[in-house]
Amino acid sequence: MKKTYKCEVDCANCAAKMEEAVKKIEGVTDARVNFMTQKFMLEADDAVYAEVLEKAVKACKKVEPDCEIEV
Amino acid sequence: MTKKQKKVRNRIIVVLIMFFALLILDKTGVLEPVPWYLQLVIYLIPYIIIGYDVIKKAAINISHGQVFDENFLMMIATFGAFGIGEYSEALAVMLFYQVGELFQSYAVGKSRQSITEMMSIAPEIANIVREDGTVEEVDPEEVSVGDILQIRAGEKVPVDAVVVEGESFIDTAALTGESVPRKVVAGDDIISGCVNQDGVLKVRAIKAYEDSTVAKILELVENASNKKSRMENFITRFARYYTPVVTIGAVLLAVVLPFATGISFMDSIRRACIFLIVSCPCALVISVPLGFFGGIGASSKIGVLVKGSNFLEAASLIDTIVFDKTGTITKGEFKVTDIVLADNSGIDSSLSGDNDLKTQLLKIAAHGEALSNHPIARSIKEAYEQKGYAVDQSLVDEASTKEVAGHGITTVYDGKELILGNGKALLANNIEYSEIDSPGTTVYVALDGKYLGCIVISDVIKDGVVDAIANIKKAGVDKTVLLTGDRKNAALFTAKKVGIDETHYELLPADKVTQVEKMLSEEDNNSKLAFVGDGINDAPVLMRADVGIAMGSLGSDAAIEAADIVIMDDDLRKIPSVIKIARKTLRIVKENIVFALTVKIAILILGALGLTTMWLAVFGDVGVAVLAILNSMRALKYD
Repeated sequence: MKKTYKCEVDCANCAAKMEEAVKKIEGVTDARVNFMTQKFMLEADDAVYAEVLEKAVKACKKVEPDCEIEV
Repeated sequence: MTKKQKKVRNRIIVVLIMFFALLILDKTGVLEPVPWYLQLVIYLIPYIIIGYDVIKKAAINISHGQVFDENFLMMIATFGAFGIGEYSEALAVMLFYQVGELFQSYAVGKSRQSITEMMSIAPEIANIVREDGTVEEVDPEEVSVGDILQIRAGEKVPVDAVVVEGESFIDTAALTGESVPRKVVAGDDIISGCVNQDGVLKVRAIKAYEDSTVAKILELVENASNKKSRMENFITRFARYYTPVVTIGAVLLAVVLPFATGISFMDSIRRACIFLIVSCPCALVISVPLGFFGGIGASSKIGVLVKGSNFLEAASLIDTIVFDKTGTITKGEFKVTDIVLADNSGIDSSLSGDNDLKTQLLKIAAHGEALSNHPIARSIKEAYEQKGYAVDQSLVDEASTKEVAGHGITTVYDGKELILGNGKALLANNIEYSEIDSPGTTVYVALDGKYLGCIVISDVIKDGVVDAIANIKKAGVDKTVLLTGDRKNAALFTAKKVGIDETHYELLPADKVTQVEKMLSEEDNNSKLAFVGDGINDAPVLMRADVGIAMGSLGSDAAIEAADIVIMDDDLRKIPSVIKIARKTLRIVKENIVFALTVKIAILILGALGLTTMWLAVFGDVGVAVLAILNSMRALKYD
């Protein structure tokens, strides 16, 4: 499943770091943090999606405490 | 400004006032008798007001193991400055760092807004007409195929639909950049995202929202900045190493320099702090994608969708453009383009009472083709009807009408034998005629055993193609090539007429791929080949080319899917414009990279040598970011 969420992030470098952090999570097929459109895209297996999403949001918060992802 | 930005702005104003007050007190010597620890406290108050969030973030990030975090580095740099007794510098660094951050976030927000506004094609509502006649307002996503919708003046078309009632002018500018409104009547297809200008339209949805043109386009544009250009990838990789390297450099300076050169620790720490101030790669990281985003925005403004920064980058390097013929250069519809009368054709006004001889020839031909449905027959009848006449079938004797394959038609018109067809048809009947040399299809007309003249039918070249090719060449594209399955004669004629240099004709679809592959192998890394097609039977070529440019023909999914760049209104004149936008974008991005790197490296060198102050470093860093952002915004403009 691939879904896109609104995501508030302040700097381009942080967005890149968030993207990298999320991609490292197990179960993530693909992830994008688009600074320009302020969108967060997560692609993961349907079965574990909810779980992966939660982990992804946590990972983003860890590298950039200021970010907001509207799940 | 957002709430968050306003809060930062207010803090900046307060601290700026305090900072200047302190600066005046310091310079006038008022602060001199105050002991250092009290001075430190006095400076710490504004410092904390302006920098508490940075310090907080630094603390959180460090606890998460993020050593090379810009907040943390800023904190170390300012703490270092406090440590060596440079209080006003410490405050200034933090203050101007925040000013820079605020400006960056404001400028980026602004440009993001102007791009999204420009592409504000997303419909907000749809009005469904229920069976009992009531109108209900719903979200466009709730519309199902087959629903009847009402679109009032000023409203956007919510989903792709067909008009069932009413007529109006619709504005397609947001999708195609075309400013002249298009008239629609019952039976016409309309595309989501267009604006209904005057009348009320009743339409039937033919696609759900997520399959409609507008949703597809929005998705494309949003994803476009996900496809990164080489330049962006370079900067991301560079940023990954830049910060650690500069930080390590700072540590080395602080520790090693005093032992190596004998300067004081105070001095070496000051130099190290300068390193830390310029350690954030943000100016680079932001200005590159911002430039591309602007370029993509500028393209969509003129009705061209660029599906990724990488394709914009490739478009700037195009030196060969290969065109498909039918549907791209020509309209793909056959029309009567010429009527040639035989010498002494013998058509006289008694025949129809009309004194335009050419029209009379057309009339005879149209009646000869009255019973045929062949495309050529249709175009002849159409040409006749366009002159305001109607074909009268009673003039034709149906029983004696014969179609001879490979020759033409023989029939009886107005009691006389009429032969329509190619040269063979006339020769077979021993009728003398003069051969017409033409790239189109020729239909010879003979009545009552006498050759009257010839009607030439050919595919029509699209408006503006000649201009487009000329401008493409002016834009610096070296080679233009025409690929077609058409006959040699027609292919060469078209190429010559529009100004294309090289022609390959009589190609099967697979041959086109081979031909393009051959040309691709001749390209080097710094030149790209673009293929322009309508996406209908050339999708493989569109995908194979470096840059596949499709004619969108408004809503053709195949084209939008296969291509890298889509010209929404099929106007080839947009190609040179896009190439220009691409080149401008790339130039801006390169300027930013070179400028930001030069300034940063200069500050690093001067800082290491102790030739600059923290003041200059912070101004340099923030200033570069601001200038780079402002420069990037230029990419958004196209004139």
